[in-house]
Amino acid sequence: MIRYLLIRLLDAVPTVLLVLTLVFIAMRILPGDPAISALGDMATAEQLQVFRDKMGLNDPLWQQYFSFLGKMLTLDFGKSLMNGREVVDLIAFNLPYTIELTLAAVFMGIFVGVPFGVWAATNPNRTPDAAMRGFSLIGYAVPDFYLGALLLITFSLNLGWFPINGGGEGLIDRLYHVFLPALTLAFIKAAFLGRLTRTALLEVLGKDYVRTARAKGAREPRVVYRHGLRNALLPITTGLGLSTLAALSGSVAVEMVFNRPGIGKLLISAIAERDYAVIQAGVTVFAMFVVAINLLMDLVYVLVDPRIRVK
Amino acid sequence: MSALLSLRSVSVNFGRGEKALRVVDGVSFDIDVGGTLGLVGESGSGKSVTSLAVLRLIPERLGWSTRGRIEFEGQNLLDLPADKMPEIRGRDIAMIFQEPMSSLNPVMTIGSQISEALFLHGWPNRAKRHARVVEMLRLVGIPDPEGRLGAYPHQFSGGMRQRVMIAMALACSPKLLIADEATTALDVTIQAQVLELMKKIRSDTGTAILMISHDLGVIADICDRVVVMYSGRVVEVADIRSLLQRPAHPYTRGLLESVPRKGQERERLYQVPGSVPMAGSVRQGCPFRARCSVAVDKCAVKMPPMFRFAEDQRAACWVSAEQSNAPVIEDLK
Ligand SMILES: Nc1ncnc2c1ncn2[C@@H]1O[C@H](COP(=O)(O)OP(=O)(O)OP(=O)(O)O)[C@@H](O)[C@H]1O
Ligand SMILES: [Mg+2]
Repeated sequence: MIRYLLIRLLDAVPTVLLVLTLVFIAMRILPGDPAISALGDMATAEQLQVFRDKMGLNDPLWQQYFSFLGKMLTLDFGKSLMNGREVVDLIAFNLPYTIELTLAAVFMGIFVGVPFGVWAATNPNRTPDAAMRGFSLIGYAVPDFYLGALLLITFSLNLGWFPINGGGEGLIDRLYHVFLPALTLAFIKAAFLGRLTRTALLEVLGKDYVRTARAKGAREPRVVYRHGLRNALLPITTGLGLSTLAALSGSVAVEMVFNRPGIGKLLISAIAERDYAVIQAGVTVFAMFVVAINLLMDLVYVLVDPRIRVK
Repeated sequence: MSALLSLRSVSVNFGRGEKALRVVDGVSFDIDVGGTLGLVGESGSGKSVTSLAVLRLIPERLGWSTRGRIEFEGQNLLDLPADKMPEIRGRDIAMIFQEPMSSLNPVMTIGSQISEALFLHGWPNRAKRHARVVEMLRLVGIPDPEGRLGAYPHQFSGGMRQRVMIAMALACSPKLLIADEATTALDVTIQAQVLELMKKIRSDTGTAILMISHDLGVIADICDRVVVMYSGRVVEVADIRSLLQRPAHPYTRGLLESVPRKGQERERLYQVPGSVPMAGSVRQGCPFRARCSVAVDKCAVKMPPMFRFAEDQRAACWVSAEQSNAPVIEDLK
């Protein structure tokens, strides 16, 4: 088991390198000149030259590449071109909000989606199943930014139950602030997970070993949860990973709509202001997030499926 | 001897109304306390469906329905409220399934799967359960039972998995064990071992066995009575001796001729010509007539009732009944 995890971890190394390389290339082919955007249109050619030298923009490409890799891996993101603050600090400030949002969305999505899916699977072609179908249809069809705006207008602006913007201070306040944005993402996630749980569980409940469980005298709840859901967990885990990645990209839109701090929002404003250092760091952090989620999923697989453990 | 389990006119339908398929049709037989009954018939004759009906494991939600009486110790299981069945399953009647590769839960250790059967039927003590699981695994001949408790099904071969299934089924000392093709998926040596095991269990624990197989050789080896099914119906019921010496139904004769015997192994085995009509598809006359070498006109018109050929032998065949002057059995009860 440890071996399997180590292998997974090693597998992630090329992925990380590939991602960093892509970021590097993307930054070079992005339109615009970092020197100009940093110093402004009024800068003289000489000033620009000095700036480029300082930032290593005149070095040969391979040299830039390796120094870039080195810097990224040591979290040396440099300073923001806009306000001169350390990018690491910007990231450190914003990242917890994004993690918080993602985690809250994942938990809410699981706690609504999975039981809903179980309910539908245990009542196939009846009301719960039809409700599930309707719910998942809405979940698939409604874009996150639209749903977010809808919730914001209804519950924050009109009813005043939730704050309109910001991330909040202190645990309770932060949870209060994260609720609506997380609900936005969780709704879509729950629709996806619910549908997935229904399909996976329905298939598993038709398996021979489920019949065996019944034959030894297990009652329905035990049959469904212990034998059924436990086996359906593998496809559900895969789906959870995918939808968490989706929620991550959804978080960009949601952070904008709810005007709350986060990597997504940081990234969007950095792009608007051509703040290369921040864009570079933000994209890298996002990419690492994805790699981390994949690793986490691999870990969950091991816990869920003994067949992976021994191989 | 009193019957432990008795089926009376048990029918299982798939679907409803006009289109309903009668997969099992009017099946009646008894199993005595501690007795061994064989259920033979070709693939698709309704053996598995009959046995699943006994435990009420027929998926009613998918459009299946069971009719008739299935009495276990005098109690009609079909009258029981559905939430009483789990108490009987596994404790009074246990079942081994046809598919050893897929009948064990892949994400649970075999120890916990056997232990669960005990837990569900009044074994709250963990240590006692553990001891019992080890005892059962040893009984079915799994080497190093202590060490294998924590293993998962995929770490076992088909034969070993079937042993685990047997251990699980026997853990609660059921009064009746239903073994659906328990040995079919296994290779010959393992098959012989498992059969030996079942015989040992029968003599050690007095568990009654309903042995399902399409192999009359296997049945003859272990059972004292036999039910022959064809296309969802019982065509002959007899004690094993009568059945082997003077089979009454032409289908039974065909089955007997297709069993390999010592001394004639090299010869080409006889096969009943033709194939089984799908259970429930023949709605008029004898379902076997299309493959029967002795069929007469009457066979195409009227379904033969059960005739009594001997004290413990009955069969449903117009021709044989006429030949041996067997009387119709009016009422099975
Ligand atoms: N899930 C199902 N849906 C529809 N028909 C089914 C289903 N399961 C079984 N049947 C039908 O019921 C009939 C009896 O099947 P059953 O499995 O009882 O046969 P069997 O005697 O056990 O055969 P085998 O020796 O292959 O196990 C067959 O005609 C089959 O087509
Ligand atoms: Mg079968």
